[in-house]
Parts: sequence; C-alpha cells; structure tokens
Amino acid sequence: MTPDPALVRDLRAALGPDHVLVSAEACAPFECDALNTQRHRPDVVALPRSAEQVMEVLRACRRHATPVVARGAGTGLSGGALPVAGGVLLVLSRLNRILELDPARRLARVEPGVTNLEISNVAAPQGLYYAPDPSSQVACTIGGNVAENSGGVHCLKHGLTVHNLLEVRVATIEGEWLVLGSSAGEAPGLPLLALLTGSEGMLGVVVEATVRLKPRPERVELVMAAFGDVRRCADAVGRLIASGIVPAGLEMMDAPAIRAAEAFAHCGYPTDAAALLLCELDGLHHDVQCDLQFVEALLREGGATSLRVASDASERLRMWSGRKSAFPAVGRLAPDYFCMDGTIPRRHLADVLERIGEMSHAAGLPVANVFHAGDGNLHPLILFDAGRPGDIERAEHLGAEILELCVAVGGTVTGEHGVGVEKLGPMCAQFGAGEIEAFHGVKRAFDPDGLLNPGKAVPTLARCADYGAMRVHGGKLPFSHLPRF
Amino acid sequence: MDRDGTVELVTQAREATAQRTPVRIVGGDTKRFYGRAVDGVPLVMRGHAGILRHDPAELVLTARGGTPLAEVEAQLASHGQRLPFEPPHFGTEATIGGTVASGLAGPARASAGPLRDFVLGARVLTGDGRVLRFGGEVMKNVAGYDVARLMAGSLGILGALLDVSLKVLPMSAGERTLALELDETHALDRLADLSRGALPLTAGSWVDGHLYLRFEGSDATLDAVEQRVGGEVVPEPRALWSSLREQTHPFFGGARPLWRCTVPPLAPPLALGSSPLIEWNGLQRWYRCAAGVTAFEAARTVGGHATLFRHGPGDVEVFAPLAAPLMRLHRALKHEFDPAGILNPGRMYADL
Repeated sequence: MTPDPALVRDLRAALGPDHVLVSAEACAPFECDALNTQRHRPDVVALPRSAEQVMEVLRACRRHATPVVARGAGTGLSGGALPVAGGVLLVLSRLNRILELDPARRLARVEPGVTNLEISNVAAPQGLYYAPDPSSQVACTIGGNVAENSGGVHCLKHGLTVHNLLEVRVATIEGEWLVLGSSAGEAPGLPLLALLTGSEGMLGVVVEATVRLKPRPERVELVMAAFGDVRRCADAVGRLIASGIVPAGLEMMDAPAIRAAEAFAHCGYPTDAAALLLCELDGLHHDVQCDLQFVEALLREGGATSLRVASDASERLRMWSGRKSAFPAVGRLAPDYFCMDGTIPRRHLADVLERIGEMSHAAGLPVANVFHAGDGNLHPLILFDAGRPGDIERAEHLGAEILELCVAVGGTVTGEHGVGVEKLGPMCAQFGAGEIEAFHGVKRAFDPDGLLNPGKAVPTLARCADYGAMRVHGGKLPFSHLPRF
Repeated sequence: MDRDGTVELVTQAREATAQRTPVRIVGGDTKRFYGRAVDGVPLVMRGHAGILRHDPAELVLTARGGTPLAEVEAQLASHGQRLPFEPPHFGTEATIGGTVASGLAGPARASAGPLRDFVLGARVLTGDGRVLRFGGEVMKNVAGYDVARLMAGSLGILGALLDVSLKVLPMSAGERTLALELDETHALDRLADLSRGALPLTAGSWVDGHLYLRFEGSDATLDAVEQRVGGEVVPEPRALWSSLREQTHPFFGGARPLWRCTVPPLAPPLALGSSPLIEWNGLQRWYRCAAGVTAFEAARTVGGHATLFRHGPGDVEVFAPLAAPLMRLHRALKHEFDPAGILNPGRMYADL
C-alpha cells in the first residue's frame, strides 16, 4: 500500500528526510518481530531521535487518522510489534541514551531504546544492576520491557519490570505528555504506571523510564540437581518454595531441552537426566550458606540423582549458559518452533507437563520444556517444519490446547511474552466477554480513536465468538472436569 | 467464616446506578478518615467474607473483600508467611478489600515494596453491577491490562473488591531492632547509607531524636549487623513498629492536621515548621502542621508528593493535584468502570 503523501511529508518535516523510510527494501527488515511466522512489511518507518520527535510522529498520525505501532529492538515473541496495514511503524531504537545514572539514589533514567543489559553494564562499576533479565537482554530495549512487563530467570525474588520501574514519561496519541509513577516510589491518583506496564504499546509510547537499581548480592550460589523423572523434580520445586526459601532463580528443563542445551552450549548438563533443576541463591554470605545447605538436603531427599554446586563464578555462568541459550539450542532440533508462555499454579506442574507430553504425542509434534519453575511459568517449545504441509496449523492447534490447559488449571495464557497477535484466540479462553469489553474500555480511555497498535493484545468480541464456536464442543469448554477460578 | 454476598452486592450496585444514588463502599470502616468524605448509601462488604484459597507452596492467598485483615494475617502466620508490605489496620475490623483499596503499607514498605507489587488478581464489582475477574493466582501474568493492580489504592472509585489474590512471602528467620541517638539530618544520612548497602534493613524510622533500624535474617547475620551498625538493641521491637504502623505512637496524638509526604531518596528535611516522624528509610515523612499550612508544595519541590492524611478541615482536596491530562484520564477510566459515577464519588478528588 502506498502511504499517504501528506503524512509522509509531515513526518519528514518533523524528523528530517533520512529518518522516514518508505521504500520496500528499507522497510523490509521491520516486517516482523521475533514471532517471524507473522509478517507485514510496513508502509512507513519513522525513526525519531528525541522524545519531542516521537510526539511529532504521534501528532501526525492522529492528524491523518493513521494507526501507529511502536517498536523497540523487535525481540518480542508474540507479534506485539508486527506492523499493521496502512500504518506507521515507530521505531524507538535511536532513543538510546542513558540520561542519568544516580548510584546514590540507586536509579537510572534512560531513553526507551537503551538495551536491558546496557543498564546493568553502566551500573556495574557502582556495584549495582538492573534486576529483570529476559533471555534477550543483550538486544531487547527497556521500552519494550515496559510494554511487555518482561521477566527473566530472576524475577521470583527480584521482580518483574513492574516491580523495578519507578517512573515513565509517556507520549499519548492525544498529543499530551504524561508522567506516571515517581522516583519517590509512588504518585497521587490511580496507579497508572502499573496499568501501563505490560500494556503492549496500546495505551501510550514510553519516551523515558526511570528504573530502580539493586546492589549486587554479597554472595551467589548455583545448585544443579538432576532427576530421574519429571514428577520428582516438579515436586521438589513445590517443597522448596513451601519451605520458606525464596531462590533468586529456580529453573527446570526436561530431557529434550537438557540434551539440546548441552549439545549447543557444552555446559556440563547430565544428558541422561529426565529433568534438571537450576536453583540460584543470593544474599548475605551467612544466609546463603544456611540456605544452600538446606536446599542441598531438600533436593537429595526429594530424589535428586546428582547434585552439583558451581565452584566459582565462571562455572556458574557456564551452568546458566545452557539455560539461557535453550531456545536457540532447541531451535536446532527442527526447522521451526513455537515458544509457548503459559503460567500455572506450581502444584499442577507435574500433571500439566505429563499432559503436554500426551498432547505432543497425539499431535505428532515434539515438545521440549524449559521454564521458570519457581514462578510456574512454562515455556513449552513446539517443534515443527513450516515447509511441511499442515505443520503450522497443527503446531498452532497444539499451542492453543496447551494454553487452554494452563487456563483450565487456574493459570494464564501468557506469563511474560505478551498477547500480541499470537494469543488473541487463547485470550478468549481466559476471559469472558465482560472482561474483554472492560479491556477495550481501558483502551478507549487512553486512545479513543484506536490508533495505537490496533488489533493487538485484546481480541474483539467477534473474534472470541468465532474462537468459541471453533473450540467449544457439545456446549462444553475443553477440560470441563477441571475447576475454573 | 465463608459468606458469598456477590448477588446482594450486584443488586445493590445495579439499583444505585439505575437511580444515580451515590454509594460509600464500607469494609471495616477503619479508614473512613482517609481521602475526602463521601456522602453515600453504604455498600457493606463485611457480609462477603472468607479465605477462598491459601496453598503455602504457591505463595498466594485469595480472600473475599470483606475478610478481616486479622484473619488473613493469622492464616498466613500459621504457615510461617505474611503480607510483605505490613499493612496498617487502623482498627480491629479492617478488611483485606479495604487494605487493597487504600493501598497503604507499613514500615516494611521500603524494603518489601508497595502493596500494589503483591496484587496478583482481583474480582471487581463495577459501578453498574458487572462482576469482572482480572489477573489471577499466578506469579506472572501479562494477559490483558493489569486492571487488578490498578485497584491498589484506587479508593473504590472504579469498583468494589469482591475477591483479591495476593502474593505472600515467608517470614524471616529472626529480627532485631537497633536504636541510635541522632538528629534528623544525621539520621537521614545514615538511612541513605544503609539503604544503599546490602544489609537486610527491613524498616528504618526516626522520631524524637532516635533512629530505629529493623534488620531481619539468621542469628549470625543479625549478630554481624549489630556489630557493624552499633546502637542499642530495642527490647520490645514489635510494640514499637506496631505503634508506628497503627499510628498509636504519641507523635500521632492530638487533632493537628497530619500530613504524609513521600519523597525520593536523599531528599533533604522539608521546611514545614515542625519535626517529622520519618519512615521507610527516609522516603515517607509525617508532619503535624498548623491549620492552614499545606505540604503539597514542599513535597513537590523535592520531587515527592503530600497527602493530608488525617484531621483536615473537611471539604478540601487531600491528595496532591494531578496534571490536567492525567486528571482527564482518571475521569475517562472512572467512566468506563462506573458510568453513573456512583462509587465513592469525591473520595479521591472532588470531581471524580
């Protein structure tokens, strides 16, 4: 589609001609985010370099009634930054300055295009770091982290983005500036900073974020425990949490994921194990010592077949490297994979993993599991071959079944990757028409004309009606024998 | 105690919306002083009470809005757990719904985080009688907008809380409170230093020339902390922290207006003409100001904000004013959840 020449003229006037892309080849790299099964080449790409220019882009889009999609580094896994037809793609990666690093107040004020890891890197000489650490932290931006409420392997103890964010400055599609939150930790009025976090670019565009920095812990220990079956491992997770210990990270992998990660990263994982647990403890020297002894004993009693404590920082990083590269490692097992992101109450871990195994078998598509066990946040990786007729559909169907299972046991269809375009259908399994309509109401309050990232994150009621017709059999929802709450 | 009053509450909300009758949401009525006065028919939440689920291994508790806060805390304590934000009760009848709606936190706030950090899910009764379930009972959940967290501190202007699901945490192995004699400036410096370090400081308050520091952890850790920090060990620390949290400390006595200022780290002493009571490692400061003095400007100047917490003259704004675009958003959100504007009208701001 040819973009509106008047809009392009306005954008060029605001940003300068070199910072507005319209040619097919220049726009092509922006046609998808990390959900690469969905692509749409944008008609216009705007590359502002300042908050004021971001505002100019939004004002121009509003003037021309043109949809606009904000994008950071494009590492999102749910298609949240997928361009929309006839719209502008607002790329924020050039707003990449660290505006303030204040070690005394333990905070950093940054532009949205700054990468997650860069914040920790610049804070490191002060003994500080930014806690949320999604696997994509080398590339993903803080603006995207706010939009998705990103987590990571340490959020059980150290929190998600929403817990580490103090203040944001937001440009609205109405052309106004909002400051939400405060470096004082709270602000008067409704807690809109929490509402904006994880809103997938639907409510406003973050042009500046102030995040909390934490002191590096005095001591860190990583325990790796292997188990002969998945259920014992899952049960150990439940016992560990119930014991009163809050690990900094508690990650689990199943056999296919262990073997793929070992082959990829050579990190010393026992390839004969059915399940592997990585448990990181951090804090004061003595407290970590006590917890470490306790955790070792608990895991041994829980049936761990082998137990290893990283001897130093380099071994710890090596042991983490397998987990952190598990997605690409599993990705080598098949031409394509979908990464699911359901969260469930931990007590159902073993049952749900077993059921996913049965579903995988029935669908004829392998599934590898690597996930944040401490949070109950599953990442089943469905392996398929997009070149094989019918595979994409079968993989999508299996994915939807897995997410419905998560909802049925009291969980959610997305723990940290967002809904984007990927989980619009499964959202209908989790929420009723009343909630969906209320979400649209929230959207209306911020964006009455529906110009910001339209069609993402919240399904239309019509779509849910279609989804229901497709998936409700004989008037019954899937897994109707399970309690819903 | 397990009473489901959903049906009655829905009926009452629908009728109030149909007749445009203002409603005052009442839990234990222990925080009636907080916010602006509301003139409305009581929507009584106490008949909707009971702990619905608490599985200690999940670190989650779900309870009906009218459940007494004391009951929730007793349930958690029996499993060695607690509400990490240490909420004030302000009376024996306090409910968990009122706790979430008021969004207040106690001495542990500076280390544990605000109440909203622990809200995982909520079932909300809107002004027009819709019952909507947001969030859930799991630690990580980004499906849909985080409307559950939006309820934290919303003062009932968007909906009444039918159920809430909260993240809970284990109690610590032990605690020790140390007292040091310091003036305000030196106390603030000391708090800033301590909160930058890695010591397990879970509460830091200053009043009447004494800095009180609470640390939590194993005995060995607490011994090491005591050696490093110095000061006197406070013999009855629970009574001290309770008197601050519940505002039974003599500082809070009398009828002078009580202002609450929350300020960024390292904010200097505020020039409000009286000696404050300081909490949250310096981030929350209470002042007893003379009638007619307002703290809004003093707090704003240092990057914080002020609230006229108690003993205001009535019929004045008690929360710091919002910028115009922010206020418009508040009105738009209010309209979506409470189209007739019947829920706690004016409790937060006069025209909201």
